[in-house]
Amino acid sequence: MGRSFNTIAFDPSKCDGCGDCMRACASVKYDSEDTSRSLIQILGRETDKGSAFELALCRQCGDPKCTTVCPAGALTKNGESGVIEWDGSKCVDCLLCTIGCSYAGIALDETTGRVSKCDTCAGNPACVPACPHGALRYVTTSNIYNEVGDWEDLFAPGLAGCQGCNTELLMRHTLRRVGPDTVLATPPGCVPGMGSVGFNGTTGTKVPVFHPLLTNTAAMLAGIKRQYKRVGREITALAIAGDGGASDVGFQSLSGAAERGEQMLFMVVDNEGYMNTGMQRSSCTPYGAWTSTTPVGKSSDGSHLSQGKTQDAKNLPLIMVNHRCAYVATASTAYMEDLYEKLDKAIQASKTGFAYLHVYSPCTTGWRFPTDQNMEVARKAVETNFVMLWEYTPDTGVHFTRPVDKPLPVTDYLKAMGRFRHLSPEQIEHIQKKVEENRRIVERLAENAHAA
Amino acid sequence: MEQTQYLIVGSSHAALEAITAIRMHDGEGSITLVTRDPHLPYSPTVLPYVVSGRSAPDNIALRDAAFFEQNRVGYRPGVAVTRLDTTRKVAELADGSAIGYAKVVLATGASPAIPPIPGLDQVSYHVLRTLDDATRLREAMQRSRQAVVLGAGLVGMHAAENLVKAGANVTIVEMGPHLTSGYFDQTAAGLIEQAFVENGAKIRTRSRVVGLAPEGGEIVVALEGGDTLRADLLLVATGVRPELDYLDGSGVATDRGILVDDTMRTNVEGVWAAGDCAQARSFYGDEPVMNAILPDATVQGRIAGMAMAGDPGLKPYAGGVPLNTYHFFGRHAISVGSSAVPEGAQERVRFDPASGRHLKLIMKDGRLLGIYGVNEFFDAGVMAQLIQRRTDLSAVQDRLFEQPLTVGRELMSQIWR
Ligand SMILES: Cc1cc2nc3c(=O)[nH]c(=O)nc-3n(C[C@H](O)[C@H](O)[C@H](O)COP(=O)(O)OP(=O)(O)OC[C@H]3O[C@@H](n4cnc5c(N)ncnc54)[C@H](O)[C@@H]3O)c2cc1C
Repeated sequence: MGRSFNTIAFDPSKCDGCGDCMRACASVKYDSEDTSRSLIQILGRETDKGSAFELALCRQCGDPKCTTVCPAGALTKNGESGVIEWDGSKCVDCLLCTIGCSYAGIALDETTGRVSKCDTCAGNPACVPACPHGALRYVTTSNIYNEVGDWEDLFAPGLAGCQGCNTELLMRHTLRRVGPDTVLATPPGCVPGMGSVGFNGTTGTKVPVFHPLLTNTAAMLAGIKRQYKRVGREITALAIAGDGGASDVGFQSLSGAAERGEQMLFMVVDNEGYMNTGMQRSSCTPYGAWTSTTPVGKSSDGSHLSQGKTQDAKNLPLIMVNHRCAYVATASTAYMEDLYEKLDKAIQASKTGFAYLHVYSPCTTGWRFPTDQNMEVARKAVETNFVMLWEYTPDTGVHFTRPVDKPLPVTDYLKAMGRFRHLSPEQIEHIQKKVEENRRIVERLAENAHAA
Repeated sequence: MEQTQYLIVGSSHAALEAITAIRMHDGEGSITLVTRDPHLPYSPTVLPYVVSGRSAPDNIALRDAAFFEQNRVGYRPGVAVTRLDTTRKVAELADGSAIGYAKVVLATGASPAIPPIPGLDQVSYHVLRTLDDATRLREAMQRSRQAVVLGAGLVGMHAAENLVKAGANVTIVEMGPHLTSGYFDQTAAGLIEQAFVENGAKIRTRSRVVGLAPEGGEIVVALEGGDTLRADLLLVATGVRPELDYLDGSGVATDRGILVDDTMRTNVEGVWAAGDCAQARSFYGDEPVMNAILPDATVQGRIAGMAMAGDPGLKPYAGGVPLNTYHFFGRHAISVGSSAVPEGAQERVRFDPASGRHLKLIMKDGRLLGIYGVNEFFDAGVMAQLIQRRTDLSAVQDRLFEQPLTVGRELMSQIWR
């Protein structure tokens, strides 16, 4: 299996060109104060809107060109670390690699007359902590993929999901992490639709799986978990349910199980509607969104105009906080490290109490965006604060895990998909206000947590 | 008879890239590589450094045996393809055996072009294209006191520098008006010439060798106009010609090289060609060209491999852009793009005699056509992108000319980061 690698990420909007990263690099690498020798180069440029900053740095490309044009075999991509390594004893200083690189990632160091390039300081890049503005980040998400790749995949190969759906990713990651000693409940919705309940008399998972009603998932799973406990077997009781199954008809049993502190992990894959059965609204569908039951357009007699859903979404995870569960968190597949940390905590919490994990899951079919945009849409949701990533435990209260300092306007999120295309300026204003209101509510909870 | 799905002929840059591209798309199909060279794959470009002693012959391999094993490539070094029967789809080999193929890529590169100088066949001379050539030249160089290099292209100049450094009296004889033409302009060539002369080499441009004869263990080199030179070592570096002999009767169309389309396919079904042996589209015009440089060999090899394996990610070849770097006596020269100055193009040149920094830019309609520097470093790969993307640089051309390094990086970071 191919490996995934760590990388240095640059956010130009946070950079003010102070040069601390370059000073750190030149100092660590050459004991020099000459920032022109730094292997990371920040370039300032004037625009109508003030200064902007650009970056030249080796990308440690997956399919590097520099290595192929080196005539001396001096550049190789390390299969373990992903770093493109330069062997000074083989290099003949011909500079051909600088022809191969389109990113100015390998360049002449005029002091030595040799090429130089970033080696990520063996996985501990000096530039990153030197940045006082958080514009540089060392992204280590790859560790998750490398580690997870070695665990057994407990889902059937090939799933019947829509192209571009992130639920497969969620199912495979979650089951790999929870492991084989699991009993899985998947009520009607996309998850069984994608194949968890199986085909032709076989299950779609390598763990016991059952298909409760929409209404009784948490109740059935609670009973099964108790029975396993009674016979002395340690299992994780896991539900993967849709937002409809959790927030509408399934809410009564969910609330009951949470209140009783049943030992289970209840994961909600929130795609904001009944997407599996034809994209009907749920109580998690946001205000203004088109669904097949909150249509857009004139009624047949022309008497009134529909503009999507007229009510706001129910905030299910906050309602679960009010059950004082052992663990409650929101997560997004655009932030896998965050999701994994929460998954680990939720698994742990489910051994003694009720753990609830609410994952936002953009739906390419129901939300109307191109199939390659799932992660982008998920990321935009967080960057605009439409979705907030936080967690709660009874001891520590609510706190943000990925706070967004400068949220983008909510229109950046809305325009990424078709279900909001018809919105009027008033509707957009309403949504923006709701985003801010929701944020204040969670902020208030988080402040209270700190005060306590 | 052995049968293979993909037959790779040659073991240098184009061939190796083709293998990588095939294996990215087709993990199973059988691959066999047949190469005339007996050594592990190496680059001809590294050979000047083998001659100088900087690179040890056993430390220049581009791939090791494990590469062939991991990629499940049948590796057959030391046997040349002598004939290609494209009707039966069989390659005949120098050892008398034959291999049937479904698809073949010809990556046989080039060999030194030997000029028709009277008496050349009477004397012993050196060329530089293979590792064995380099080893021989290195040995001869240690004993040489008086060397003559025919041809002032990059191969000749590299070798001449080595000979100078080894202590020989070196004369470079070049027919053309200046050194390294094709890559560097007159100012740059002047700087290169100056470096050679300062280090004791003699350079005779616009000079033609009309005869060669052995005399008392030496070679007498007769020049047009009556002068003669004496040499104990003669290096012929008057250009290259593509390796095509084995194609006689194959039906594969050739002009100066093997003619290929934008997916490196020849006119014959199941036959592709890439690298120094191929003649392909030029980025600047319609006439197919021989762009015999290493970066292009890798690009073409990659495209050929993708096309052979049916990789749908294949993007057609955009056309060759001349690109080169040249290191001489501790200085460096970089050339990216066309040196021609077409109608309506502007040439901007700056030169600082004190530092020896020279920069030339050729622009047309706000687009970069070519950029050349001596002792002036810029990111050649970034410039090549600006040329290939035909980026409109009207707004930044003055700054680009002043500071090609920083402005190039700025543009890169904005446009394709
Ligand atoms: C001294 C020197 C310096 C150079 N410097 C530069 C430089 O600075 N920059 C630059 O861009 N380029 C440079 N070049 C050119 C560069 O090396 C070539 O463009 C590049 O090697 C072309 O790669 P290729 O794979 O097409 O062919 P080649 O490298 O020529 O390889 C051809 C392969 O085919 C094999 N072969 C040939 N005939 C047969 C046959 N009949 N059967 C089987 N196998 C066969 C050969 O053994 C070899 O393995 C230089 C070349 C030389 C010689």
